[in-house]
Formats: sequence, C-alpha cells, structure tokens
Amino acid sequence: MGGVTDPSPPEHAALSLRKLWKRFGDKVAVAGVDLDVPAGSFFGLVGPNGAGKTTLLSMATGLLRPDAGTAHVLGTDLWAHPDEVRARLGVLPDGVRLFDRLTGAQLLTYAGLLRGLDRATVAERTEDLLHAMDLAGDRDTFVVDYSAGMTKKIALASAMIHAPRVLVLDEPFEAVDPISAANIRDILHVYVADGGTVVVSSHVMDLVQRMCSHVAIIAGGRLLATGTTDEVRAGQSLEDRFVALVGGRRDSEGLAWLRSSSASS
Amino acid sequence: MVAQLVRLKLTLLANTFRRSVWQTIGLVVASLYGLSILFLAVTAAVAGGTLAPAVTGQVLTVVGALLVLSWWVVPLFAFGIDATLDPLRFATFAIPRRHLLAGLAVAGVISVPGLVTALGAVGVSFAWWRHPAALLAALLGAVCAVALCIVGSRALTTSLAPLLDTRRSREVLAVAAIVPLLLIGPVIGWLGDNVEKTVDGAAVTVSVDAAPAEAVGAVVGPLASVVAWTPFGAPWAFASAVHDGAWALLAARAAIALGSLAVLWWVWDRALARALVTPRGGGAAGVGKGLGWFDRFPATPTGAVAARSATYWLRDPRYAASIAVVPLLPVLMLVVGTTSGAGTALLLLVAPAVAWILGFGISNDVGYDNTAFALHVATGTPGRADRWGRAIPVAAVGVPLTVAFAVVACAVTGTWSLLPPLLGVTLGMLGTSLGVSSAVSGRLVYPVPRPGESPFKTPKGATVATLVAQMVAVAIVLVVLLPTLALAGAGILLPAPGASWAALPVGLATGAVALLGGVRWGARVYDGRRPELLQQVMAFG
Repeated sequence: MGGVTDPSPPEHAALSLRKLWKRFGDKVAVAGVDLDVPAGSFFGLVGPNGAGKTTLLSMATGLLRPDAGTAHVLGTDLWAHPDEVRARLGVLPDGVRLFDRLTGAQLLTYAGLLRGLDRATVAERTEDLLHAMDLAGDRDTFVVDYSAGMTKKIALASAMIHAPRVLVLDEPFEAVDPISAANIRDILHVYVADGGTVVVSSHVMDLVQRMCSHVAIIAGGRLLATGTTDEVRAGQSLEDRFVALVGGRRDSEGLAWLRSSSASS
Repeated sequence: MVAQLVRLKLTLLANTFRRSVWQTIGLVVASLYGLSILFLAVTAAVAGGTLAPAVTGQVLTVVGALLVLSWWVVPLFAFGIDATLDPLRFATFAIPRRHLLAGLAVAGVISVPGLVTALGAVGVSFAWWRHPAALLAALLGAVCAVALCIVGSRALTTSLAPLLDTRRSREVLAVAAIVPLLLIGPVIGWLGDNVEKTVDGAAVTVSVDAAPAEAVGAVVGPLASVVAWTPFGAPWAFASAVHDGAWALLAARAAIALGSLAVLWWVWDRALARALVTPRGGGAAGVGKGLGWFDRFPATPTGAVAARSATYWLRDPRYAASIAVVPLLPVLMLVVGTTSGAGTALLLLVAPAVAWILGFGISNDVGYDNTAFALHVATGTPGRADRWGRAIPVAAVGVPLTVAFAVVACAVTGTWSLLPPLLGVTLGMLGTSLGVSSAVSGRLVYPVPRPGESPFKTPKGATVATLVAQMVAVAIVLVVLLPTLALAGAGILLPAPGASWAALPVGLATGAVALLGGVRWGARVYDGRRPELLQQVMAFG
C-alpha cells in the first residue's frame, strides 16, 4: 500500500507529482499531493465530488499552474518544459467546451494540425478515430449538434490524435452509452498493452475496479490511498473501501417529508 | 416576488464589486459618468424651467422621447439586454408568471443605466417646480416613462430573441437595423439649419439657458408637438398639458402612454410565456461539407488557427454581430452627409472606420473561444501560431475590402487627390488595430456572450469592460497612428500634396510595424500565461 513516496521522481513513472498545492481564495483545492503513476499502468483516480480530482489533473497536464509543487511527465518537468511535455501527453479536460462550430472531422483535423502533424497523417488518423468512436456517420455534423456522449467521444479522439505516450482523461465515460464505453475501454486496454499509460478520473467505483490496474483515492484535496487496485481495496470491494476511507455515509431514515405517503407541503 | 428579485439584483450588483478590481473600476467609472450626465441634465432642466417653462417642456419631450427610443432599440443592436436576471433561469421554479414579470420589471431599474434614467426622469421633473400641479403631472409622467423604457426594452428583446438566435435572422436584423438609422436623416433634415443643436440631446438641454428661448422653441416646437403623440414622447408631455390647462390633451397623452405600456406588458408576458417553455437550442442538426477552410489553409498550426478563425467568422453569429455595422456604414454616412449639407464627403470616413472595426474584432478572441481555448493550451499551440492565425483571415479580407471602400469613396466624391492619404490612414489603421488587438488579447479577456448564446445577450460586467477596452485600444491606436494622421491632415487641409503623398508610405509602414510588433509582443505574453488565460475564461462559466 502506497502513501510513502520518494522525494525524487522515480525513473519509471509516467506521471509523478510532488507536493502539489492549489488554493482558490480561502478554499484549498489540492493540499500537497504526492503521486506516482507507473508507466504502462491503467490508473484510476477516484474521489467524492469536490475532492480536487479535476484541479489535480489540470495541474498535472499544464492547464492550471500550481501554487507550489512539481509535476513530471515521463521524467520531464512539465512546468519547466511545457511544450516538450505536451507533445507526449494527451488530455481530456472535464467541463470545457469544444470548438463546436466545427464538424467532427474538422475538430479532429484542427487538433491534429495544432499538434504539428502533417496533412496526410492527420487525414488518416481522423478517419481511424472517427471509426473507432462510432462517429464516422456524423463526421460532417457540427459538434454543437452532437449529444453529450458523442461530444465526449470526439473530445477523447482529439486528445489521442498525436499518439501520446500518456493519456490523462477526466471523467471520460460520463454520458457515454454502454456500447461506446466498452469500445473506448477496448481501445484504452490495447493502448496500455502497447506500453501507453492511461490516467482516468471517475466516481464509478465498479468501473474503476474492473478496468484499472492501479488506483488512488483522494478526498478533501489529500491523497488517502494509492497502489495497485488489489492493494488498495485490501480484499473488500473498491466501493466499500472507498466509503470506509472517505467516510460521510449517513445512517439515517432519510428525508421523511419526501416520501409520497406524506405528500403534503 | 418583487422584493426578492430586487434583492437578488442588488446582491448581484454588489457582488460585481467583490468579483474583480477591473469590474469595480468599470462600475465606478460608469456610475461617475452617469452621475455627471444626470447632474448636467437636471441643472439645465431646472434653469430652463425657471426661465422658459413652455420651451423647456418641449425640449424635455423630445429628449425624453429619444431616451425611450434608445432604451427600446439600442439593446437590439449594440449591447444586448442585461442578462443577470435571465427569465429562463427561473423556468424551473414554478413562479407565477405575473409575479415574475412584475419582479423583473422593477428589478430592471436596478442597473447603472436604469438608475440614471430613473433619477434623471424624476430630477428633470423639477423643471416645473414653480407650478405644483404641473410638477405632480411631470413626476407621474416620469414614472410612466421609466416603466415604458424598461418594459419596452424587455418586450422587444424577449419577443425578438428566438428570432435573432438563428443564423438566417441575422440578415433580417441587418435590414431592420437600417430603418431606425435612416430615420435619423430625415429628422435632422426636417430641423433644417439648426442641425448642431439637435444632433445630441445634451447640446439641446444645455443650450436652453444660453440661446434665446424663442429660437430653440421654433426648432423644437413642431417636433415636440408631433413626438408628444407617440408612446416615446407622451409621458414627458404630461406636465406641459397641465401647465397649459389643456385637460383633454392631458387625458389623450395619458391614454397613449398607459395604453402603450399595457400593450408592451402584454407582448412581454406572451413572449416570456413562450420563452419559458421553449428550451434553448433545438432545431435541425447543422451539417457541413468536407473540411472547408482546413483544406485551403496550409497544414501548419498557424494555418489551422487561421482556418478555424475563418470558419468561425462565417459560422458564429457572435462574430457576424460584431461586424454587422460594416455594410450599413456607407449608407449611414451618405444619409447623414446629404441631409446635413456635408455632401458625400463623409463617405471618405468609411474606409478607416471599417478598418478599425475589423481590427478591433479580434481584440477579445480568446473570450469568444471561451473554454474551448483549453484545446490550444493542451496542444501547446505556440503564441506565434495563435496570434497570426487569428489576424491573418481578418487581414486577408480587410485589405481588399478597405481599399475598395477607399477607392469607391474617392470615385464617388471625385477627389482622387485624397486617395493616397486615405489609403495610408486606412491601411495604417487596419495594421495598427490588428496589432494592438493581438497584443491586448493575450493580456485582457472580458466576458462576451458564450458560444451558442444570442449575440444580443450581454454577460454581467461586460458592457463597461467592453467600453473601457475599446477606449484604451482607440487611444493606443490613435497614438501609434499620430504621424500618419498628422501628415494626412496637413496634406488635405493646407493643402500640401507632398504631405498627402508621404502619408501613404508612412501609414503602410506604421501598419506593418504595429502588426508585426503587436503580434510578437502578444505571442510572448500569450506563451507566458496560457494557463492563466484559460483560467480567466473558465471563470466566465
């Protein structure tokens, strides 16, 4: 079981965070997190709402400058050499818009060209990704008219177009239908089998337990546990272990006035 | 409900002070500006009312009518309505519509323009302080007029909003916008020689105590007697009717004002009822063909940003709204020019004005991207590519367009000798405003309507920020262009053909240097604070 980490980032870590802090006004969103994601792992980051998952991942991917601490991606300091790191990193941020007046194919092309790929490569990978995400039929539809799940898939595709070595995906399965989610999981498993590293955040414990080789639990901006999934859950289901660590389950009768039998204001 | 919404609006207004220093400064500047206008207007009205009540009454009617008219029309074309109390946000609360409407109406007064209008309307009523009965009528009229302002603007924007959301209606809007603009011409022409005095309301009010009352009365009198029969002018003319003892007239004007108010209330009520059950968006899915501009620009990051920008200029109504005035400018200048006696000479101003509008169009481009900008951050798009990509499509369209405007203006006015300095100023303006925009937009971002929202919706704090940003940008551009303007001015006014000709190369050089320098500086700023820019736009929600 983790919790004790080296002060220096290990060589084999795909992602290595040291003493990351972020404060928004009076609220400390991330309070000194140390975390190592081994290369070649399928890493799940779980935590309750407001735990600081998105803030942590934003700081680990160059979208949000930390107040203190470092983030190394494949051994390179992200905030010292952002452009070198970004070429090897694919990011799916949560809660941001897309350039949704573009069609699906245009958005992928845009992401590919921004990454500096040549036209032929972009065209080929756009085609492959549209097929892999079941979006080939909607290639010429504006992204603004996509459903939530399709939007998630096209965003995921644009995070992968430059063949990064590390993929950081914030809530990748939210609003995605079960078939597409299974297809995406297959793609990610193949990617990991070929030596890539995937970090996903989620609060669907079953999914993380089935899918991830490693897991970290954070709450209140602090790391509560990290290690292989089997180490962390210690014989329990991940969900039970999570609830035991995070706490906050209410053992009460619930909202009495909400029951339909007592239906009066 | 009324009290709750008013409290909510006050809280929101107070929170803007806590939100950022930038918005606080903006709000303070706006308040001071409003207060000074208010003070001037009330002083002038009371002084005028003491000396010549009848004429003052006429002037107040005309100025007041203009005020009501601008409350109705300006939000449609310029700033949009204040979106802090968007009725759609109350859609799920099951508030009886009658209560919601009353609450929104009263809360509508609580904003800088609303408060200035209300205080001003009440203040100028004291022009009648010597005639208590007329004063009472003026105060009632003032309340009525403020109600007309607010209910009228809400009724129009709410009922037109669904129409204006769609792309096709932009053309309709552009046509509709010509109508009120064209009206300005005949009105000014009709007033004949005394144009200067009526062009803006402030001049009229101030001139009352200076100029002989009869002269002003001769100009404003006939206009006021017509305007008093319209919904815009009727409430402002209550007091005159009482003062003259014309009770039948008073009844007629009251009927017009209250009748219009009732009709507008009903329109607003209907429109709101429809808006509350019509979710945003909807409609058929849009479909594009192939890769569009992405096939036509080079396959580089710069080319990609340029292709994306070009696509957005054509496809995003928010961009179209920002340049909607361009096709109208020549028409406007012609109408104003011919009716004011300046002839077609005003046409010469169109080319530099269009150059400025186009250049300023990208000054908040990251704000327009909203959080989609995260893609540029995640991909590590270099500042050079980002800045040039946004500037190139505008320059590519702007250069031929503004040159064409300049050539046509010279051809129409028959002043070919003015072409060199005009081209110098125009292209210098285009390059400089693009350069300043590229530099500024890496540093300053302010809220604009979000992607997919109506371009006529104004986010909280945006009006003031836009104005301040525009003023700062204008100041910088003018300073940079000073040598060109001085040469062109000297060349045209003296006249000195040498200076005229010199303005062309100086203008071209200024524009080119400003563009290169602005983009380079903007790119460096941008490279240093990409994550901060992203956080700024994320804070807009």
